[in-house]
Amino acid sequence: MKIAIASGKGGTGKTTLSVNLASFLAESRKVVLCDLDVEEPNSGLFIKGKLIHREDKFKMIPEWEKDRCTLCGHCHKVCNFHAVIQLGDQIMVFPELCHSCYACSELCPVDALPMIPQKMGELKQFKKEELSFVESRLDIGQEQAVPLIAQTLEYLDKNFDDDFIKLYDAPPGTSCPVIEATKDADFVILITEPTPFGLHDLKLAVDTMRELKKDFGIIVNRHGIGNNDVLTYCQKENIPVLSKLLNDRRVAELYSRGNLIYQKIPEFKKQIENIADYILKLQKEGIR
Amino acid sequence: MKIAFTTKGIEWNSMMDPRFGRTEFIALYDEEKDELTNVDNRSIESVAHGAGPQTAQKLFDLKPDVLITGNGPGGNAGRVLAQANLKIFIGAGNMTVKEAYDAYKKGELKNSK
Amino acid sequence: MKEIVIISGKGGTGKTSITASFAMLGGKDIVVADCDVDAADMHLLMQPDWERSEDFYSGVIAEIDQEKCIKCGKCADVCRFNAIPIIDEKYVVNTLNCEGCSYCFHVCPADAISMNEQNVGEWYISNTKADNVMVHARLGIGAENSGKLVAKVKNEAKRIADETDKQFIVVDGSPGIGCPVVSSLSGADFVVLVTEPTVSGLHDLKRVYELVKKFNIPAGCIINKADLNTKVAQQVEKFLKKEKITYIADLPYDETFTKAMTKGQTIVEYDDTNLKNIVVNSWEKIKEHTNKI
Repeated sequence: MKIAIASGKGGTGKTTLSVNLASFLAESRKVVLCDLDVEEPNSGLFIKGKLIHREDKFKMIPEWEKDRCTLCGHCHKVCNFHAVIQLGDQIMVFPELCHSCYACSELCPVDALPMIPQKMGELKQFKKEELSFVESRLDIGQEQAVPLIAQTLEYLDKNFDDDFIKLYDAPPGTSCPVIEATKDADFVILITEPTPFGLHDLKLAVDTMRELKKDFGIIVNRHGIGNNDVLTYCQKENIPVLSKLLNDRRVAELYSRGNLIYQKIPEFKKQIENIADYILKLQKEGIR
Repeated sequence: MKIAFTTKGIEWNSMMDPRFGRTEFIALYDEEKDELTNVDNRSIESVAHGAGPQTAQKLFDLKPDVLITGNGPGGNAGRVLAQANLKIFIGAGNMTVKEAYDAYKKGELKNSK
Repeated sequence: MKEIVIISGKGGTGKTSITASFAMLGGKDIVVADCDVDAADMHLLMQPDWERSEDFYSGVIAEIDQEKCIKCGKCADVCRFNAIPIIDEKYVVNTLNCEGCSYCFHVCPADAISMNEQNVGEWYISNTKADNVMVHARLGIGAENSGKLVAKVKNEAKRIADETDKQFIVVDGSPGIGCPVVSSLSGADFVVLVTEPTVSGLHDLKRVYELVKKFNIPAGCIINKADLNTKVAQQVEKFLKKEKITYIADLPYDETFTKAMTKGQTIVEYDDTNLKNIVVNSWEKIKEHTNKI
């Protein structure tokens, strides 16, 4: 079963929930946690496991072969991303603008733009006790997170069978990287804060999940600050609230040090336990 | 000599545009013909990425000998312009086109290479 | 006219609350741009009047004319984004997956594919309660190209600032290190990094600063919730020194920010004590540094 943990607004507790829930579940089940926030991956700061695998991840970009080129100009005309341009008798490729669509390469009449791999990031797999953890990290200067997220999910599919509970720590927002990270999840947990910012961004996230036709539930983090508008909204929209995590400075302090919280605060552990039960129940009922 | 300027308008007394990739116009002065022409580059506004190379391509097609601009081209545009056999002078961002031309003639502008 | 961009790498560090405070303090000397278009929140504090709105079209997306389609499947074969599945024996475009590369359009032998501009959101020009103009936007669901909308918002803000002869543009930047942040940073004169003393905050600060360095833009840093973890706060300060990033201020861990937000106010309106002073001094410092550039 695949569960994505997402949020509209950043900093609402995606990573906190992901690492605590994954570690807790791993005490009794087969679990893999995957950090798909490839622009700013943080889960690894909380799960300091043993590195068992690392690999570079590549995207494919065209490389100009001058000797074959007839300078017909077709390549830069078909490129919608301005990643290939022609200057007199030179063709230039701008890798960070390239979306790897292969159009220039395969439509070139003389095969003068073969696709070659270019590194865009790296993937690492760790093991901490029974928990498996996979993270991918986009190289600075690379602008497109989606291809790396897609490849990371492929790696997960290949290396972990369906017996595993797969938890995804998704990127924030509602644009393309979030869609990529949630589109094959069986269930999505949206975590938010009970504040005007939290509610505003939650609504966007809910719209996104509805557009994707996902089953989802909401967790309210730092319950007690702000106001009740998030809960009223969930009630009105008939969205299940899985938990209301406590607002406690101790949680923020443990987080700041990179510690797991459920191991230190019993009330928090109880809440994580309830969320875990919810997930196990979903698994048993076999959603989808 | 053909001299290109990054500008915010199309006249001699128009202000220079300090930006290269996102310049509004490219003005071209042909010294032999004593003629000032221009290319409208304002459509670049809607381009999120790759403005530098695109503007550089437009510039390249004009085949100037000299480019006068403000901040100097960024990495990608620099890569393109390196292909063109072109002298680049910077630091003319706060001048009119005329002032920039005069400053260039007097050798007051900094050569970026 | 100088452009000040506020970014954070990590979300939830208080970037928008702080930026909105600067927008209040800047008053009629500035133009405000909310470039966090993915989760644009600043309007909740600035009470814009949504005076003018415009649709935003960006990029193209494929559409298949079923009348003309001869079901040869070439389009689906060449598509690298799995954007042309077969549904009910018809080739159709999955609009969320389509990247708009037009490869299918070029190979279709029946001319059945057209590439159409996409409405991906809206952008607005508003007057705010701070007596300034704010340019902001809303991105449609799952839209591509948020970088392009960021560029649009910034360019409009620049145009207005130029026309009305304003001193500064204050930009609320996007999170992460990808295309929207790159667009937020391009053309900035001074960058303000808002961080928090947590292992994640420091980690994300380092990554986003790598990006800032590529742009060669001078930067300053505000450490929010500084008393949460003094040890990590010291590590942050050490990093600032090493990278020659201007230290601007420490803010304490204080739920007053949230209380102000719940009332739709910035901290400089809500609080009259210490917090307000720190934010006011920070703004003065930022202006001073930006003017020196």
